[in-house]
Amino acid sequence: MILRYTFQRLLMLIPVSFSISVVIFMIVYLLPGDPIDNLLRVGSSPEDRAELVAQYGLDRNLVVQYFVWIGNMFQGEFGQAIVLRRPVADLVAQNLPYSLTLGGLAFLFSSTVGMTLGTISAIVRHPVLDRFMRGFILLGSTVPGFWLALLLILFFSVNLGWFPVSGAGGWKSLVLPVLTIGFGGVALVARVTRVALLDAQREDFVTLLHAKGLSSRTILFRHLMPHALLPVVTILALRIGWILGGAVTVEFVFGRPGLGSLLIRALGQRDYPVVQACLLMLALAVMLGTLIGDVAQASMDPRIRERKA
Amino acid sequence: MLSVRDLGVAFGAVQPLSGVSFAVGKGETLGIVGESGSGKSLTAMSVMGLLPLSGGRITGGKVEFDGQDLTKLSERAYRKLRGGRIGLITQNPMTSLDPLKKIGPQVDDVAKLHMGLSEQAARARTEEILGTLRIPEPALICERYPHQMSGGMKQRIVIAMALAADPDVLIADEPTTALDVTVQAQIIRLLDDLVKERDLALVLITHDMSVVAQTCDKVVVMYAGRAVEHGPVETIFDRPRHPYTQALIACIPRGLDEATRLTGIEGTVPTVVNYPSGCPFHPRCPRAEAICATDPPGFSVEGDSAAACHFAEVADAQPA
Repeated sequence: MILRYTFQRLLMLIPVSFSISVVIFMIVYLLPGDPIDNLLRVGSSPEDRAELVAQYGLDRNLVVQYFVWIGNMFQGEFGQAIVLRRPVADLVAQNLPYSLTLGGLAFLFSSTVGMTLGTISAIVRHPVLDRFMRGFILLGSTVPGFWLALLLILFFSVNLGWFPVSGAGGWKSLVLPVLTIGFGGVALVARVTRVALLDAQREDFVTLLHAKGLSSRTILFRHLMPHALLPVVTILALRIGWILGGAVTVEFVFGRPGLGSLLIRALGQRDYPVVQACLLMLALAVMLGTLIGDVAQASMDPRIRERKA
Repeated sequence: MLSVRDLGVAFGAVQPLSGVSFAVGKGETLGIVGESGSGKSLTAMSVMGLLPLSGGRITGGKVEFDGQDLTKLSERAYRKLRGGRIGLITQNPMTSLDPLKKIGPQVDDVAKLHMGLSEQAARARTEEILGTLRIPEPALICERYPHQMSGGMKQRIVIAMALAADPDVLIADEPTTALDVTVQAQIIRLLDDLVKERDLALVLITHDMSVVAQTCDKVVVMYAGRAVEHGPVETIFDRPRHPYTQALIACIPRGLDEATRLTGIEGTVPTVVNYPSGCPFHPRCPRAEAICATDPPGFSVEGDSAAACHFAEVADAQPA
């Protein structure tokens, strides 16, 4: 049952990936500027320029360019970075692990801490705690990452000197970026967990669970938690893509290597193949996240499993 | 077996329930009737000790079960009674089972918890009980999820859960309201049989006077959070002395001929925040007089039955 559901979901990803690839390809061409301008030495002639354009195939019809690009993608051929003059695949392979470590840790941080805080605030219905949680959630959902990053750097790195200001050396350099990216996630997950738990508590069947003589703790962990997890899993799954995307600016602020830094640099230089590859990676992460979320939900809820995908 | 005396319930400053009394013994069915909002379900929740879930508390009176006052019981001790010795059947079977869990484990829980049975023994017991409730292929049903079953079937599962630990008292809060008419009759007959076979004390909460007439031995009529009349079913139906009871009985549809039109009771049930002074029924009562608006009536006892009406003694006479 769950395998069939997964397969159906995978099939649905095919048209989605196709549309995404078209959008990514087009967006890059709609950007003003040109990578060739970055390659040309000062004083080059228009002939030099035309030669370079032809060399990278940029003079051909857009549709042809798209199919050449997507064809290469299918063969795992990401092409050559125009400005950085290296295989795009190498660049991605070099930067991806940094992003995955950072994103993975931020995801872990926001899910565990968020769910714990959300559960506590749903059970301990204390007015002071409630107000604190609401303030925290509001802050967490509104403070932009790059600004928080700067504040954290100023406080913990510059004033206290606990963590390095930037770079990617050792676990210490991970703490602040993980906190920055995870903060918004913690708030979001805490809010969703809290609301979902409170909603679950109001369900009719909870009365009957109490009437069976089960203890409140058993009811919470065996019955309410699985219900609360359904929306939380959805949020977390969407968060996978968001964390990688959100890491873009944070990586840049902390001067960490990673897909985000690579993307920003490539954007600045209009390095089309690199930008396309990075965007494709992020889009892939979002799609995978959604897929994982859907499958996880289906594995928890028999009603979804039976619904046609 | 179970007796409730002068029960009062409050949510904060509002007092939706006061002065409710009844008693039910083994092999006996007590009906609690009244319109929606008369405090029937609240009475059930009070007996189950589940008021705190919705933020209410018992402000007075006693709930006696087997010689002990449940209102003074600790939560831990109460848990042993719930599901163990007092079973509850709730109103809406569509939402009373956990949709994420299979039927089997949800029923097994009760025997495991209260009888200390192992996984296998509890499942064997579950299948046996489902069988006695005329559910076909119990083993198969145990592997199903709630959404794969019909309402009537789910209500049987809920009844099975209430029965799993062999309780002494069963409280059924509108067990048939959410079901099709044909299924309603089946469930009512099933409950009736269970009372006889297992010598249960059944508290049947309903708004349907005809159900009371069919199944109950005793009846308590509730209105606006108060018991207004109680007594043996025959007495109450033969000679109802409270105008509200009379009106309820008049509402039972009889036959299909043109002459007997469906009747209702004028007006609506007051909400908790605007319970009328004096007799709560006086604004809708055909025989109300000045005294009814000011003085709450006491119970006028006659044999086994009692009615809280200023004119209970002259109930048979037509109002002037």
